[in-house]
Amino acid sequence: MTIDTAVLTNEEKISFALRSLYHRRGYAPYRMSRFEEYELYMKNKDFLRSPQVISFTDTNGKLMALKPDVTLSIVRAWRPAADEAQKFYYDENVYRVSESSGAFREIRQTGVECLGVRDDPGTAEVLGLALDSLKLISPDYQLCVSLLGVVEDVLDLAQLHGDARRDALRCMGEKNVHELRAVLDLAGVKQPDAERIARLTLCTAAPSEASDALGAIGCPEAAPEEAKRFAAALPPEAQGHVSLDFSILGDMRYYNSLAFQGYVRGVPSSVLSGGVYDRLLRRMGKPGRAIGFACYLDKLERLEVGAHA
Amino acid sequence: MLNIALPKGRLGEKVYGMFERAGFECPSIREENRKLFFENEALGIRYFWVKPSDVAIYVARGAADIGVAGKDILLEYRPDVYELLDLHVGKCRMCVAGPKDFRDDPARTLRVATKFSHIATDYYTSIGRDIDVIGLNGSIELAPILGLSDVTVDIVETGTTLRENNLAVLETIVPISARLIANKASFVFYKARIEELTRALAKEATA
Repeated sequence: MTIDTAVLTNEEKISFALRSLYHRRGYAPYRMSRFEEYELYMKNKDFLRSPQVISFTDTNGKLMALKPDVTLSIVRAWRPAADEAQKFYYDENVYRVSESSGAFREIRQTGVECLGVRDDPGTAEVLGLALDSLKLISPDYQLCVSLLGVVEDVLDLAQLHGDARRDALRCMGEKNVHELRAVLDLAGVKQPDAERIARLTLCTAAPSEASDALGAIGCPEAAPEEAKRFAAALPPEAQGHVSLDFSILGDMRYYNSLAFQGYVRGVPSSVLSGGVYDRLLRRMGKPGRAIGFACYLDKLERLEVGAHA
Repeated sequence: MLNIALPKGRLGEKVYGMFERAGFECPSIREENRKLFFENEALGIRYFWVKPSDVAIYVARGAADIGVAGKDILLEYRPDVYELLDLHVGKCRMCVAGPKDFRDDPARTLRVATKFSHIATDYYTSIGRDIDVIGLNGSIELAPILGLSDVTVDIVETGTTLRENNLAVLETIVPISARLIANKASFVFYKARIEELTRALAKEATA
């Protein structure tokens, strides 16, 4: 059977190309039901991009939901194996509220999950795959990465907790330094600590320069070292396509270590996002490390034809 | 070309003056005509005027790389944008207002007339007060006078309208001013230019 690619939409072409890429890299396809028990999402509401879920009562009386997310279902079904990481890829429709219209939409999402990762090389492999995914979508791409450990250390150093920490993180995510300073002032954070947090919020740097940048900001000693390790683990082809940006923050009750977002020129919001989510595993009673990302194919509908491979 | 959305009206003209003094001038914008957008090719910038409440939409959706929007709009619509700078112009307050002698009766649901339902809901949730939001699009002050609501949540600039109608500010929820916002993807691809512009405008904002 021959498929005439001229009849495929952007979304379909990119979806096929991504699936082929993940398959070649040794990831196994993961197919799941369109429905999931509602309780799973209620327990992990903050992990979802939007908290609203389409729910219904099944014929057996069980409250079910049209799945708004894929990662939670994969983690729930995952049985940890002692010897090696398990790698999955998926191409699924999810149902969530659109940020722009406020109404539910069916969104096509393709991504990978790597569960039971042991070390930095495993993490680097997934970051490499995220970069290759972006490259496949468009030659003009950028992956912005945050080292969440550095952010947490700097906030801990300022002894920032509770509501003030939550408000500070919101301001950091908006690069909103003027309000961040007010939040820190109100919380009684000392001036040098407040200045360090403000400078970290605005810090964007190439991986090779991040260690020096973090040192200049006055981050705890471990931060420049972590940046060095991160830069060393990146593949050579990442040069010019990766930057560290400490305003990229996942929900730290779930994410730790790394959070990242991918952009391609011509699309006004991130087309890929992911991170290390060991804390989600803990919350779901599972050991080990996990990293994954999703590509939002619905955002690529209007990307000019020819931009992707 | 960096696309910049400015709010139509007095605030927009004031803000353009700041851009101009910061070195991002576009002389054609001062000409009397009906053009919708204005370019300075040499500087690689293009300005356009849009309704103030629409600026955040243009920026969030990438039609503009940066723009200037009121904090009220950002709080109400929560667009997914970076808020880079407080320009310290267009200053006013988001307030709860009502009859001068108003006393809140906690035994009743408080009826709140407003254009800003998210801001009102967030505020009253934060203090644990049950409210009934009455969404209006204009002449908000009329609502408590006619008994449509108990109080209003709205922007107060000078307070003259309130005073002339025997109303008063009961609480200030949050100070409001114009903010420089940026599209997140644009910030990635035009980082150096946006940062240069932000630094230059910061000097104007504190001048």
